[in-house]
Amino acid sequence: MALQSDRANGGSGLNDDIGEAKRLELYRTQVTIREAEQRAYDLFLQNLVKGTSHLSLGQEAVAAGFAGAMQKGDLSFCTYRGHAHTLARGVSVEKVLGELMQRDNGLMRGKGGSMHLTSADHGVMGSYAIIGAHLPIACGAAWRAQYKGQKDVSVCFFGDGTTNIGAFHEALNFAAVWKLPVVFVCENNLYMEYTPIGDVTAVHNPAGDRAGSYGLEKIVIDGNDADAVYRTARAAYDKARAGRGPSLVECLTYRHSGHSRADPAKYRPEGELERWKERDPIKIYRERLLQFGIGEKVIEAIDAEVRNVVDTATETCKAAPMPPMDILTTDVYADGGWAWRN
Amino acid sequence: MVEITYRDAVIRGIAQEMQRDEDVVFLGEDVAKAGGVFKATVGLYEQFGPLRVRDTPISEQAILGAAMGAAMTGLKPIAEIMFSDFFAVCFDYIANEFPKSRYMSNGQLKCPLVVRTGNGAGSRFGAQHSQSVENWCMMIPGLKVVAPSNPRDVIGLLAAAVRDPDPVIFLEHKSLYATKGEVPDGEIVDTLGSAKIVRPGRDATILALALMVPRAVEAADKLKAEHGIDCEVIDVRSLVPLDTRTILGSVSKTHRLFTVEENPRLCGWGAEIVSIVADEAFYDLDGPPVRITTPHIPLPAADILEDAVLPTPARIVDRVKTTLNG
Ligand SMILES: Cc1ncc(C[n+]2csc(CCOP(=O)(O)OP(=O)(O)O)c2C)c(N)n1
Ligand SMILES: [Mg+2]
Repeated sequence: MALQSDRANGGSGLNDDIGEAKRLELYRTQVTIREAEQRAYDLFLQNLVKGTSHLSLGQEAVAAGFAGAMQKGDLSFCTYRGHAHTLARGVSVEKVLGELMQRDNGLMRGKGGSMHLTSADHGVMGSYAIIGAHLPIACGAAWRAQYKGQKDVSVCFFGDGTTNIGAFHEALNFAAVWKLPVVFVCENNLYMEYTPIGDVTAVHNPAGDRAGSYGLEKIVIDGNDADAVYRTARAAYDKARAGRGPSLVECLTYRHSGHSRADPAKYRPEGELERWKERDPIKIYRERLLQFGIGEKVIEAIDAEVRNVVDTATETCKAAPMPPMDILTTDVYADGGWAWRN
Repeated sequence: MVEITYRDAVIRGIAQEMQRDEDVVFLGEDVAKAGGVFKATVGLYEQFGPLRVRDTPISEQAILGAAMGAAMTGLKPIAEIMFSDFFAVCFDYIANEFPKSRYMSNGQLKCPLVVRTGNGAGSRFGAQHSQSVENWCMMIPGLKVVAPSNPRDVIGLLAAAVRDPDPVIFLEHKSLYATKGEVPDGEIVDTLGSAKIVRPGRDATILALALMVPRAVEAADKLKAEHGIDCEVIDVRSLVPLDTRTILGSVSKTHRLFTVEENPRLCGWGAEIVSIVADEAFYDLDGPPVRITTPHIPLPAADILEDAVLPTPARIVDRVKTTLNG
């Protein structure tokens, strides 16, 4: 088994294979996700975010690392827990919060909602709320790249719980047999909605221990270390682009918040959250930057800029109008309308 | 003009579109090297090669999911689901994914694909390999649903489906694969959403789909010859979009409506059409519309039992005759 965080920590300093500029980018992405998700939670409690929302607080390093290693044109396929991956591809906080706040300035003008964030221009090819559905879809996008000789990689994010649904296994086999340029990323945050994954899974590593069934390497990494994630992602993308087929990566991580909405997560054993918070990905990364000699001032400036972006986005969204009724029946069919009869 | 089977029309239809457009690709179980379990794709692998005609594992979700991912990023996939009954194991794509991605993304995502499938009874395969599932598909906003009854329509509607920018469910009837019909030479392209009057008449309108079309025509011939009742038979062809104009036009002329549906009774397509006619042409009707359907039971396997439940020409004749003559 390749526990790749070991390799990652062997880096030789700020100007190693990742470098200063990329590290600052990875830091900024993580902080952006942290601040935007925290804001989404606050707005939910104020009843300004309605319906549901699934936060990635504590899982920021996975989104930042995988997106940070992508090239323009690479495609992301996300779940309902997809705000982080959408932001990580460069979609604005305003567009994301606007959608969560069901405003006309939202990414999909309120027609999709929190669970279906999509920004085709940024390569975010949808967020899918039926567990496992998007793994085969990512295979199809990768098939297109293979067929047309295009070099983009399709990257599919999902949780530990998703490894027990049929579509996961169908997609893994399919991708392996067809040697598709797709990367499957399992964010193992230890829980499904409320049930610990270990209670309902026959193997210890829900994704990693299944990799061998599909002829793939078992890759389990520290999902709270953005450098480890970034390096693993880069290697998987290189493999995909070189025509050497899919990868399945299990990232060990933890969500600081509940599953969704205002879930207080009472099902967690005492002390678990606190232990994981000691391994908070943003804390880890901040320490790394300091250790590499990046000044506290630089880091604080990023923090302040991000907070400002999130504050401004919040105010813009609060002031934004609700969607107009005339979009109710648009885009059901490709002609722009909804006519099912003449 | 040449006479070919419905089965060969499927092959010709797919080939016509693959020849025209390199983005058209085809995948399914046993479809490539083996030519399909119904032999409806024989020769395509040889003609278009292993990159465009691909055998898949027995993974219906992977087949439809992959078709969708390819469609949203630039290909025009044709996916085969061997038996339409298997829609039940990949229904997420049919119900939740294909038809909703465009809407939910506010028009950012597209899904131009065709799902071909063997639908319908008559093969004595029993309850899990014989169903008519058109009503499973018709009820989902965002899908288009067509079901050809003859070789010419197979080619023309398949071409229209492949060229259509929306997801289309293309229901081939298993009991029609061996039937023959004339098709013109050269390219054939039809339009989705158009019903066809296959037998004009004045006394009653009979709507039918797929295998029920030849049965309705046979019944109409008998009704004319033996009972002097002149029925107009309409091949509905496309359930979504639905050609209500042709249907309402016919009812306004004949003042009587019959539907002949192979699906089990509840929520059959005929119920929707009857409700439209009741809404919009009630005063054109001289009597209550009549639905002739398979009863609301799972399909039995034995030939004598299966034959007893599908609408037959004799049953259609009987229902029309007793309804009109009191
Ligand atoms: C097919 C299906 N079954 C059940 C659900 C309900 N559901 C939503 S999220 C979830 C838990 C998923 O757990 P995991 O894959 O670990 O992802 P996480 O939420 O932890 O990110 C469940 C059961 C669903 N959306 N789809
Ligand atoms: Mg989980």
